[in-house]
Amino acid sequence: MAAIDRVDPPRGLSIAEGTLRQLDYWWAVVKRTWRGGVVSSFVAPLFYVVGMGVLLGGFVAGDPSRLEGATSYLDFVVPGLVAAHAMQIAVGETTYPVMGGIKWHRSYHAQLATPLGVRDVVNAHLAFVAFRVASACAVFLLVLAPFGVFASWWGPVLAWFVLLVLGMAFATVVFGISARMRSEEGFGLIFRLGVIPLTLFSGSFFPIANLGPVLEVVAWFTPLWHGVDLTRMLCLDTVDLPLALVHLAVLAALAGFGWLWAIRGLDGRMRS
Amino acid sequence: MISARGLRKSFGDFEAVKGIDVDVRKGEAFGFLGPNGAGKSSTMRMIASVSPVTSGELRILGMDPATEGPAIRSRLGVCPQEDTLDNELNVFDNLYVYGRYFGIDKATVRERADELLEFVQLTDKRKAKVDDLSGGMKRRLTIARSLVNRPDLLLLDEPTTGLDPQARHVLWDQLFRLKQAGVTLVITTHYMDEAEQLCDRLVVMDKGVIAAEGSPRELIEEHSTREVAELRFGIVEEGNVHEQIAGKVEDLGRLEILPDRILVYSADGEEVIAKVHERGLEPIAVLVRRSTLEDVFLKLTGRTLVD
Repeated sequence: MAAIDRVDPPRGLSIAEGTLRQLDYWWAVVKRTWRGGVVSSFVAPLFYVVGMGVLLGGFVAGDPSRLEGATSYLDFVVPGLVAAHAMQIAVGETTYPVMGGIKWHRSYHAQLATPLGVRDVVNAHLAFVAFRVASACAVFLLVLAPFGVFASWWGPVLAWFVLLVLGMAFATVVFGISARMRSEEGFGLIFRLGVIPLTLFSGSFFPIANLGPVLEVVAWFTPLWHGVDLTRMLCLDTVDLPLALVHLAVLAALAGFGWLWAIRGLDGRMRS
Repeated sequence: MISARGLRKSFGDFEAVKGIDVDVRKGEAFGFLGPNGAGKSSTMRMIASVSPVTSGELRILGMDPATEGPAIRSRLGVCPQEDTLDNELNVFDNLYVYGRYFGIDKATVRERADELLEFVQLTDKRKAKVDDLSGGMKRRLTIARSLVNRPDLLLLDEPTTGLDPQARHVLWDQLFRLKQAGVTLVITTHYMDEAEQLCDRLVVMDKGVIAAEGSPRELIEEHSTREVAELRFGIVEEGNVHEQIAGKVEDLGRLEILPDRILVYSADGEEVIAKVHERGLEPIAVLVRRSTLEDVFLKLTGRTLVD
């Protein structure tokens, strides 16, 4: 064989270089999964909005004082739906796919035999999840724009960034859990005891004030509520700046913690 | 290329590798032989710089895997025991995507992928899905993939396990050509014929330590005899006939008494057979063969099954 091509820096690649080297792999994943993704991204929001917003919402009196400033149930529920959608995509892409990389198709093993490090592998996977969340939420918001549910044009644009942070808060934490899990049976618990209760009780479908004083306090501590409330403020143009900053800080902190937790989890699992 | 001193690997209380010394020189084909659980794969994972060393010193290409892992891995080719190919991608894309992990530019990696497909005789499968390949083809693709960065050192963990004889011989041929081209090979295997075919030097590992080291020929000379005479005396109803007969031939060489035959290790197998007949013994079948690495292996690691 001829002389070697290159020798990478001893300590590892930069974050950008480490992630970019996996672009072709993840692009191949996008190419083979986008069809299903596009259909569900377009159709799911329409189903939600017709079922929950229009049909179910027809029975709900749109009293702005009880709907956190929304003038109709449709306006109220749309930000909640899109925030829950962001969480569901993030969790879906960091449960079975992470275990697959470790146990089934073993793509992480292949990647870690190269100069790529655990951090690079985590980053590239999370970048793919960010792409999935960003594109799905963009479609969701665009499909709903003609229904007149947004108070301004910039509100949903800012909300889109918030949804991305929300998605990454869930993606990083769940990645860390999946990396530590030995069997896929635990995913059932994540969905049944995590995703579904959060979707139902974090203010997506009704104001958390309706939960009663105790459960309302519990809801404050759920990450989805921070995402739902901030998304709703932006979509309805009812921003309460100090509270909005608290929401953003909680989500960003969770994403930051989750990132380290995910890297440590995969490192412990793959480099034993 | 590789230097290990007192290399150890523990998983909790279990010590998989118990202080081994190994040196692999440039251009040689070096083998790790051993039964299941001997510590071969743990050693390979440390050499591949994916598994931290518990204690001892390890240098790969002059570098320390603890602090220079990415630099080491950029110059290694790894063919793992279990395939890690992407079943959803086609054959060409598997090479392409993997080459990109090494930061090789797109045009070069495309060109190289086609060369490697030619080398492993998979050019006509270029667009096939990995799922549709046979076991031998997948293994050849994995080897092609491990060469995409033109490595200095190629690590092959059980490269032919599960392949049919034709596929094994094709693979051996390709590995031999790589060796001729100057690539240093490190192979783990429990196939003795494979080790004899491919390895210039090898170590036999057992229970985490090195039981013997040398070239296949040296190991046979040191731990076995030139020839082996195998004597079969049929099966009797009561008692083990071989145990009874053994007493009459024990001066002819080192004996190994098995349920179905007696092995006599001796420099001259024909002479053993002649003496057996002189003593009035009538084996129903005899076989004289050269000692193989398998004899060495079984002597050093025992005949007990390891699961």
